[in-house]
Amino acid sequence: MTAAYTKPLPQVTREMAPFWEAARRHQLVVQRCRGCGAHRFPARDLCSRCLSREAEWAPVSGRGAVFSYAVMHQVYHPGFAAEVPYAVVVIELEEGARLVSNLVGCPVGAIAIGMPVEAVFEDVTPEVTLPKFRPRARR
Amino acid sequence: MTHPLSGATAIVGLGITPQGRVYGNTPLGFAVDAVQLALADAGLERGDLDGLLLNPGLAWADMGMGSFQLQQAMGLRDLRLSATMHLGGATACAMIQHAAQAIAAGLCTTVACVFSDAPLKPPKPEGERSSSGSAYGFVRGWEAAYGYFGVNAMYALVARRHMHRYGTTQDHLGAVAVAQRRWANLSPAAQMHEQPLTLEDYHRSRWIVEPFHLFDCCLVSNGGLAVIVTGRERAREARKPPVYIRGMAQGHLGGDPSDTLSSGAVLSREPAFRMAGLTLRDVDVVELYDCYTFTVLVTLEDYGFCPKGEGGPFAAEHVTGPGGRLAVNTGGGQLSSFYMWGMTPVSEGVIQVRGEGGRRQAAKHDVALVSGNGGVLSTHSTLILAREPS
Repeated sequence: MTAAYTKPLPQVTREMAPFWEAARRHQLVVQRCRGCGAHRFPARDLCSRCLSREAEWAPVSGRGAVFSYAVMHQVYHPGFAAEVPYAVVVIELEEGARLVSNLVGCPVGAIAIGMPVEAVFEDVTPEVTLPKFRPRARR
Repeated sequence: MTHPLSGATAIVGLGITPQGRVYGNTPLGFAVDAVQLALADAGLERGDLDGLLLNPGLAWADMGMGSFQLQQAMGLRDLRLSATMHLGGATACAMIQHAAQAIAAGLCTTVACVFSDAPLKPPKPEGERSSSGSAYGFVRGWEAAYGYFGVNAMYALVARRHMHRYGTTQDHLGAVAVAQRRWANLSPAAQMHEQPLTLEDYHRSRWIVEPFHLFDCCLVSNGGLAVIVTGRERAREARKPPVYIRGMAQGHLGGDPSDTLSSGAVLSREPAFRMAGLTLRDVDVVELYDCYTFTVLVTLEDYGFCPKGEGGPFAAEHVTGPGGRLAVNTGGGQLSSFYMWGMTPVSEGVIQVRGEGGRRQAAKHDVALVSGNGGVLSTHSTLILAREPS
């Protein structure tokens, strides 16, 4: 945590509020459809598989693998000026949902699709915690 | 049996305003200019128009009912068809499809299909830096917290999956950029006309979002582009050779493009060619939507020019550039010519079928395949244009 966190903070919408509240408790949750049981992320009002509008926020293992990644070289926000090049990763959780995130403890050049990862939690301000991921040993 | 839409209509007018770093005009102004140029090209007057379809670019922003605003700006009366369409880069071909359908059904006779945009701002005074690409640097809600910005990154994530699944390489992507630049070097209207590009130059160019170098990404252009569509009978009286609309189809796959790694060409190719009564082998020039080099590889695969996943090796055989066996994006495309969303490939298809391509003109130009693609492989449209109506 730093006094002057300069990156954009997530816009906490009504739909996504439970995700950020759980993150503050260092817990990773995603939506789970009450109709068909599918995990999904980010939050949506209805399930595109079964069209159910009933969903709950379900804790997940935090384990997954790198599904894809892109290395950003342009500075779109001054808060990232000192970080380029940095990687945006898509993590596919064991439960099935995919999340856009960042990897910590892994140089950009070492990122590979399929790399096993686990969730970590970065308390970036007193109010906001960002779930991120780090490499884990393959079991 | 011939499909009733096949060859029933034709493109008879093409209007292209100055493209690129052109300042001092509004999106609406560029649209008006493009329609006037297209009417003059067709030998028609604005009173001949009874249909107007508009694809507003980013800089139209929140201006609602764009086609009506354009109608009012141009003083057009008594239109029988009007719509503002938003399918991203698939809109251009889709507008022409809707125009052709309405004309063939007798609802109207002569339709202008228009795109314009002005996302580039004039250079700022000393000390203030502006990024020309910032217009496309969307901030996506909470994802900005992770530094995830912009269309380039959205596409890069999908391209990385294609590289992972099929073994597509940076050299493959570069081959597309080099081939299209060689076409642009033959086209005086291309923004990059005077700048050669080798594969070494490509690799040396700065990264935007890996796996995309600068030259994997399309240009950003101010300008307008319009075509006039009319029925076969009226087309015969036009100033220029009619470019007949022989086949058309759309394909919108849905789902996650990272899973399909396909454009909607896999859906639209078969009905479009069936309508046209043609096959892939009849195609003389190919004008593919190219927001990125990657999009070209995928679209070549999805039309069946090579097996799925082999777009990279196919392009790397240097078959798609000048002198190759398949003429692809003969004006330089959006990577090297100008970026009018899907209107860039449409316009080059018209130019080639007419035989107006100058040094880049394909020797045989009876049939052109044109594609549009919007979002991240989200929407897709196909047009088959031809010199003869059947």
